[in-house]
Amino acid sequence: MTAAAPKIESDIPIPHELQNNIFITSVDKIYNWTRRNSIWPMVFGLACCAIEMICAAASRYDFARFGMEVFRASPRQADLMIVSGTVTKKMVPTIVRLYNQMPEPRYVMAMGACASGGGPFKEGYNVVDGIDKFIPVDIYVPGCPPTPQALIHGLIALQQKIDNQSILTAPWYPFSKAQDDTVGLVPVPILGPDLVDVRQLDIIRTEADKAEVEA
Amino acid sequence: MSDLTAEMEQTTTYDNPVDEALAKLKALYPDDVSEDSRPGYSGLLVTPDKLVEVATTLRDELGFNYLSSVTGVDLIEENKLEAVYHIYSIDKGGSAVVLHAQADRDNPIIPSLVPVWPGADFQEREAYDLMGIQFDGHPDLRRILMWDGFHGHPLRKDWREPFYEEDVKPFGSRWPGGAVHRSEELNPYGKNVQYPAGWVPTGEEYEVETEMYEGVTITREATPGLKTEKVTVNMGPQHPSTHGVFRMVITLDGETILALKPVMGYLHRNHEKIGERNTFIQNIPYTDRLDYLSSMSNNHGYVLAVEKLMGLTVSERAEWIRILMAELTRLCNHFWALGFLLNDLGALQTPMLYLYIERELILDFFEAAAGSRMMCNYMRFGGVAYDLPDEVRGQPTMQFLHELIHERLPRVVTEFDDLVTNNEIVKVRSVGVGYLSKEDAIAYSAAGPLLRASGVKYDVRKAEPYSFYSHLDFDAAVRYNGDIYDRYLIRLDEIWQSLKILRQVLPYLQETQGMSVSGEKPQYSLRSPNAGEAYGRVENPKGELGYYLTAKRRSGNPERYHVRAPSFINLTPMERMSVGCKIADVVAILGSIDIVLGEVDR
Ligand code: SF4
Repeated sequence: MTAAAPKIESDIPIPHELQNNIFITSVDKIYNWTRRNSIWPMVFGLACCAIEMICAAASRYDFARFGMEVFRASPRQADLMIVSGTVTKKMVPTIVRLYNQMPEPRYVMAMGACASGGGPFKEGYNVVDGIDKFIPVDIYVPGCPPTPQALIHGLIALQQKIDNQSILTAPWYPFSKAQDDTVGLVPVPILGPDLVDVRQLDIIRTEADKAEVEA
Repeated sequence: MSDLTAEMEQTTTYDNPVDEALAKLKALYPDDVSEDSRPGYSGLLVTPDKLVEVATTLRDELGFNYLSSVTGVDLIEENKLEAVYHIYSIDKGGSAVVLHAQADRDNPIIPSLVPVWPGADFQEREAYDLMGIQFDGHPDLRRILMWDGFHGHPLRKDWREPFYEEDVKPFGSRWPGGAVHRSEELNPYGKNVQYPAGWVPTGEEYEVETEMYEGVTITREATPGLKTEKVTVNMGPQHPSTHGVFRMVITLDGETILALKPVMGYLHRNHEKIGERNTFIQNIPYTDRLDYLSSMSNNHGYVLAVEKLMGLTVSERAEWIRILMAELTRLCNHFWALGFLLNDLGALQTPMLYLYIERELILDFFEAAAGSRMMCNYMRFGGVAYDLPDEVRGQPTMQFLHELIHERLPRVVTEFDDLVTNNEIVKVRSVGVGYLSKEDAIAYSAAGPLLRASGVKYDVRKAEPYSFYSHLDFDAAVRYNGDIYDRYLIRLDEIWQSLKILRQVLPYLQETQGMSVSGEKPQYSLRSPNAGEAYGRVENPKGELGYYLTAKRRSGNPERYHVRAPSFINLTPMERMSVGCKIADVVAILGSIDIVLGEVDR
């Protein structure tokens, strides 16, 4: 670049040799730029879709090109949970627990038909009909399984979502909630005679009463 | 072809060991063993009280020493539950001796066969979990796929899931009168759950998980003078080295393993319940999702079982295409397994990345042939769905296959062999580790590479040839040390054997070009002509994959649909192999079994 950068009008003296090396940008831009290019997914394969996820990370498709190759085994270090496969009732308490352990800002991608809505196994007695019944989902990738290209497309869509977020309105920074560390946590479902979502205890009691009246 | 058929006839003319065994058993136990006279059934009906005795005789005196499959059947009309056993002879090969034992549905007690074959352990637990059969004398009869406290036994015919619509497919309209509904909208909770009538949460449900996390406890005096502590470690279900959502509860003394209990069911997708509602054809795409790394060979086993049930024949070209697909699948699977095994041994990712490039080539071929990379849904009853494509990756198909099979893959496998096989770290980590003796391998119902690496030369393609395998020249690979290293080597051997088979298949494909590849009847209208049972098995890359089907006369749905899943049963000897090893070895041992959770949990 030969064109000189515009002179910075300020009281802070900038040494001459640095004058072409200073860039001015908004906090949001730089914050999002770093975040979008270093999304670390959690190593977390559930079912068949996980195989395509591995393929997307492996030699041919290589999503390291988008800054995502650092798979982390610990949720504490991960930004993105790719729910890659069928979510079963037996597994969902673990998934919710893992989600709660991820630090904000965290993203969830429902990969494939199963994670999005139950998929081919929806009618099964041990299958959760979509992970969004329990944790909030940012991106849905259709397919059974989605091809690696589709998964990469989903990841790019996630990058675009990140680009549009602002530090001022980001849900994980409201100062009023800063003292309350339960914000954003999802209650862990429990395994009773069937899967129990603790947020539904009231409905369960009402239904039980109804059954008694009928009997 | 004519001399080939003659050859085939020669090998099948030996006196049939199954008939011999059945006759002897009937003579030995005239009161307790009788011919199963239901139409379409084979094998014997055994009084439950004598089951253990009959099984012991079969094993020790008649040479039927390999219990392959155990499952339950709900005979709701007769108010009975039935346990079905398929028992093979390792030395003689051939088909199975099938035993049926029936018990009253309200009090279903059948003696456990674990004392005779420890390999019955997990399978009986599964039958208990899903059917509610009480196996008397089982050392550890707990639920295995569902969690403790789950209501009911879901595979019983009168048990209904929350999204129940009708007993069998095809269902009626989901938009009667134009008003479309989704299952969630009919359920008061808006999700796939249901509770026993009048059930109110008490708070005790919370303890189920905690109990599970306690694992196994062992009380043992610490070494005198040295303070050691026993620790119970949970590995999984979210752990990078468990190959999916598998969990092990391991009790450790220092780093040494004292006990190991596999915990599964985290991917239990109700394959069998859904399969019994489906029509026959609707199950093919579901079989893709069992062992999702080898969908083509899963299809193969299932279509074989249905063809047996219906008495269909397969066109010649379709048989060659099936073998082509099945062997390419074996290559894919072993590439994956070897890559992951090395990953588990610490060669993080590099060998894996090299092998996956080759796997992608095969997947491209599958995509061109079947339309999907992984979930091929390719085989049909009496044939395959489509003929081979004209082009793959811009090359004529036959040329592509020729280059792949004759040049590219042999070169790559040789290179891989040179680089890895004699690697010092690989050897140190794997030679002598995770030992499984020949006797144990048989007793624990191990199958596939796991069985053959322990010195048992048993391969379904040889023992009970299906498709056109008897026309092909190949060896069942066998290794004798029964450790991780041999399981690594045997996969390389099998790759070479598969390439050998593929080289022989190519000319037949060329020869049969233009012939029909599909059966005569439209698939969707298939109904079982006769009542009865059928068991189809194939040598899947992971071991013997079997499908057990029963159907009523003229019915379009299976009555009972059971999958004998090699990955699941191969986990039975896991504890046996691991006790005494270090915790780091467990990862490698698991990698050497090569499991896929879709098949373990189904
Ligand atoms: S969406 Fe399809 S491929 Fe993915 S986990 Fe579900 S069944 Fe498997």
